Amino acid sequence: MTTYNEERLGELLRMLPPAPIGWVTAAQELPLARVQLDALVQRAEADVAYRDSVVADLELALRAVGVEPKPAVVEHLRKRLAP
Amino acid sequence: MADILDAARSDAELVAWCRKGDPQAWNELVERFARYVSAIATQAFRLSAHDAEDVFQDVFTRAYERLGSLRSDDAIRPWIGQLTRNCCLDLLRSSGRVVLVAEPEEQAADDVIALLDEALTVREGLAHLGPECREILDRFFCRDESYRTIGAELEIPAGTIASRISRCLGQLRSELEGRNTAVPPSSKQVTR
Repeated sequence: MTTYNEERLGELLRMLPPAPIGWVTAAQELPLARVQLDALVQRAEADVAYRDSVVADLELALRAVGVEPKPAVVEHLRKRLAP
Repeated sequence: MADILDAARSDAELVAWCRKGDPQAWNELVERFARYVSAIATQAFRLSAHDAEDVFQDVFTRAYERLGSLRSDDAIRPWIGQLTRNCCLDLLRSSGRVVLVAEPEEQAADDVIALLDEALTVREGLAHLGPECREILDRFFCRDESYRTIGAELEIPAGTIASRISRCLGQLRSELEGRNTAVPPSSKQVTR
């Protein structure tokens, strides 16, 4: 059994401050972003001209469908559109 | 103050609901592990706020995509810890700033992650205290609020905050010592 004193408990509690609210909100919106991303990829697969424009500027394409172009999201889209 | 303190659902239940596509469960899962993930990035790997944010989003993106591959729903905590560790190492290696993360540095990071695991266990203990104790301890230790701010926000005399903190820590200690808190460090429990 682990034993604690008050000082130790305080130190451990201090180690977990809140994450920035913006980070948390963005992560919580991932499922919605995924739906929008799926729609974007589906359209790109059906429309070559659209696909070319998306590949030319992934961040712009993401913003156009309302998805924040975080690096992880951009990389995910890049992989999905890779030939 | 959502996160782990509103632990009405166990980790395993939360994962099961996420798999069913429950958006509220996903929100809870993110809240529950947000502090842990950001602390690993900023404290164990000392990433800048910008890099830590990238890792944070990457971890939850991967978690969302791979939740179905988690072998045991109970293992979400060490899995998230390991995922965060891997994302931090990937970022350091791919950024060009560090070609290879040296072994002693990796060991130092793992030592901090072990401490953060213990911190998360202690935080889980808060969920078993009364709402006033949770609020006071979170505000004082985690949010670094002054006695005056806490007193004003919770409408209690600032002069009684110190004694309340001490009493609440005593309750937390009793709670933690009254149960088995042996959770192995994430970095030692799950491989990639």
